[in-house]
Amino acid sequence: MDALASFVAQLLNGLAGASSLFLVAAGLSLIFGVTRIVNFAHGSFYMVGIYVAYSAVAWIGEGPGYWPALLVAAVAVGIVGALVEILLLRRIYHAPELFQLLATFALVLVIKDAALWLWGPEELLGPRAPGLRGSVAILGRQFPAYDLFLIVVGPLVLGLLWLLLTRTRFGTLVRAATQDREMVGALGVNQAWLFTAVFALGAMLAGLGGALQLPREPATLELDLHTIGAAFVVVVVGGMGSIPGAYVAALLIAELKAICIWLGVVEIAGVAISFSKLTLVVEFVVMAVVLVVRPWGLLGRPQAAPRQGGAIEAPLRAPDSLAKAATAALVLALVALPAISSQSPYVVVLAVDILIAVLFATSLHFIMGPAGMHSFGHAAYFGLGAYGAAILLKATGAPMLAVLAAAPLVAAAGAVVVGWFSVRLSGVYLAMLTLAFAQIAWAIVYQWDAFTGGSNGLTGVWPPEWLADKRAYYALTLALVLAGVFVLRRILHAPFGYAMRAARDSVLRADAIGIDVKRVQWVAFVIAGLFAGLAGALFAFSKGSISPESLHVGKSVDGLVMVLLGGIQTLAGPVVGAALFTWLHDTVARSTEYWRAMLGGIILILVLLFPQGVAGFARQVVYGRRDARSER
Amino acid sequence: MSAAGPSQGARPLPREGASEAARAVPAGTGHAEVLLDVHALSAWYGAAQILFDVDLAVRRGEVVALMGRNGAGKSTTLKAIMGMVDRRRGTLAFMGSDISTAEPHQVAQAGLGFVPEDRRIFTDLTVAENLEVGRQPPRRWSDGSEASTWTPERLYRLFPNLGGMPDRPGGRMSGGEQQMLTVARTLMGNPYLVLLDEPSEGVAPVIVEQMAHMILELKGQGVSILLSEQNMHFAELVSDRAYVLEKGQIRYTGTMADLAADDEVRRAYLSL
Repeated sequence: MDALASFVAQLLNGLAGASSLFLVAAGLSLIFGVTRIVNFAHGSFYMVGIYVAYSAVAWIGEGPGYWPALLVAAVAVGIVGALVEILLLRRIYHAPELFQLLATFALVLVIKDAALWLWGPEELLGPRAPGLRGSVAILGRQFPAYDLFLIVVGPLVLGLLWLLLTRTRFGTLVRAATQDREMVGALGVNQAWLFTAVFALGAMLAGLGGALQLPREPATLELDLHTIGAAFVVVVVGGMGSIPGAYVAALLIAELKAICIWLGVVEIAGVAISFSKLTLVVEFVVMAVVLVVRPWGLLGRPQAAPRQGGAIEAPLRAPDSLAKAATAALVLALVALPAISSQSPYVVVLAVDILIAVLFATSLHFIMGPAGMHSFGHAAYFGLGAYGAAILLKATGAPMLAVLAAAPLVAAAGAVVVGWFSVRLSGVYLAMLTLAFAQIAWAIVYQWDAFTGGSNGLTGVWPPEWLADKRAYYALTLALVLAGVFVLRRILHAPFGYAMRAARDSVLRADAIGIDVKRVQWVAFVIAGLFAGLAGALFAFSKGSISPESLHVGKSVDGLVMVLLGGIQTLAGPVVGAALFTWLHDTVARSTEYWRAMLGGIILILVLLFPQGVAGFARQVVYGRRDARSER
Repeated sequence: MSAAGPSQGARPLPREGASEAARAVPAGTGHAEVLLDVHALSAWYGAAQILFDVDLAVRRGEVVALMGRNGAGKSTTLKAIMGMVDRRRGTLAFMGSDISTAEPHQVAQAGLGFVPEDRRIFTDLTVAENLEVGRQPPRRWSDGSEASTWTPERLYRLFPNLGGMPDRPGGRMSGGEQQMLTVARTLMGNPYLVLLDEPSEGVAPVIVEQMAHMILELKGQGVSILLSEQNMHFAELVSDRAYVLEKGQIRYTGTMADLAADDEVRRAYLSL
């Protein structure tokens, strides 16, 4: 009886948790459906919702102020969403999809620091809801009355959204635009306002979802990325654009988590399995399974190929004499760097970081740009390389160079497995599957104390005596990174690189001329994983320690930002982007507490000014002028 | 009227010194108000130029056919008028107002309806909902008289097939039914002029017949039509005048009857 009671209590708990998750995911799904923007800032809207509700309750007055405060929070976040759409996104609808993603990620940084500035770094727990402070006895257990209220909210909002979408002209236009927004425009509907309205509605739902959690969950600055990860999962599992699907997925995931907590530690065939530890990873396991078995989601429908495949990618330019001269000058400068900067030893330390970032970004660009596979979980291979190096060194005591050679193979092995599944998908689905695998890898590393050191990571990963000097290690890093970048470039200009680009531009045509598209993409995926692993191994030895941070989603996002910042269409892009990002990150972080907002602001300015990326812009300036001259 | 020769194109069109209205509309085709006046329209997809200085005009009450082979630029002309191409240049006037740089929704709101060749039905929406998306307020002509105003009921009478299935999702309709729905959806915007892209393509002969009937019916209601067409027989049935496009340039301008009688032009620009 008691087991049953606790089981029911956990199930109800899951139901209550599902409601807010559903609200956030429904908003994300609506926005994606109509604007095709994957809004990374959606978790930030949720976070702001809690904070605003907290302040609104304090302002209106605790007790009677509670319910109006929820509405104030929802409306305020909706207004923020509308402003974001009008001031920022509206200017970049014609930019490549990934650039929009970069812009919304910059928003995450800006909003996080705005919240830090307004509400401070402490956790804030709101008051309980008036009238629902007590609890209800269910099977002899006390269950919070507020949670029962939350359980009702989910289906209620689902019903209201359904009515809005099927019974109003606005809803009809939203559904039509989800399918073919250009045609909706040709029928006389001003898309700009439709987009603003949808964005505001989606943001409002996220804000309400956050506000409703006020008495259950303290407002913290970590809620944004945590929430967006969960919301992505729900949207993908339920089916992109399907609101009922989002509800089903939110329920499924919340209940599975509840069941894992209820199971606790169970002994199966003599092995103790801690199910409660699975809660960190269960949603990503569900997403991975759904994406492999039914890529369009539980209640989604297979998506037709997008009406316009976006702009045609320009062919890669072979390096001309100018580019070669510039590269040679850069390499010379890098070789001479330790000698030049002997007065300020920190320069070499930063340079090592930059070089490692360059290799990481170049390997990500290798599959994102020329292969068109947008990996959101590239940090997994970086982390596998880093942990591979650390564990091999500690377990076998092998010499460092042997470890440095073996660690990338560990990463490549991981990429073999993930790649096999991933190349069966494309677009957002592929991105989400790579993210799911990366999160699973992160959760394993984070919790496997005996093998990976758990959340503390591993320490004492130092290179041998002859590399202990930072300048010597810089030389080794420089040599390996240059070699890595060169090999990756060489592959892109080889027949295999042509096959990659052919597969990106048209799967059907590439198939028809005899290219085994999946195989080519799989091999490309593994090559990218291998070099990311090398970057990770170099990173481990440069820091002397390694933590789960190195394969966290934040690291993957850093990689994306580097590639997009530099420009995805140019080979110099990831190099420029990685250097710029790492340098900015380092400089800004040392000069202000609000480095995220600065960084986000800089990214936003760059996105608005240079929609082709920094390197793409530079190329246009150099070559655009020259082309114009030669035409004359 | 006859063609000057296939290499040079049709009669040299009066360009310089010609008055605005006379530019593309040959004399003797009526004196009704010019609704749509297109001058020197060029259009691009990416870096590829598809249209080269296209001139054409449609008067109130006219059905005008834009003829040409596959790839001649017929659909691109219609899309460029709507503002649905990557880049365009030229002067476009609709009922006296300049729409050269207007967004597609502004063009549609001005009363220029567009029926795309590939139909682009909203497959998740029902027939009635598809019509709702196209709905715009009633219009008046500049002289104050009421323009043709469409309601779902009226359209169901014009297309009885649609009337029998208002709640069917667009995705579960036959090709011919979808073709009717895409026309009906555009009519819900009460357009003065409809750009109709290849209405006879890919549908059964019985539907083609219904389409011809529908076009004449619309004409009777005072709706003007610019249709792109490859099917000479169909165009002849419904059109007053014709333009012939080849490689993105207008090669012939004249009445439909003259074009039908001109074997030389037809062989040069239309026969397969």
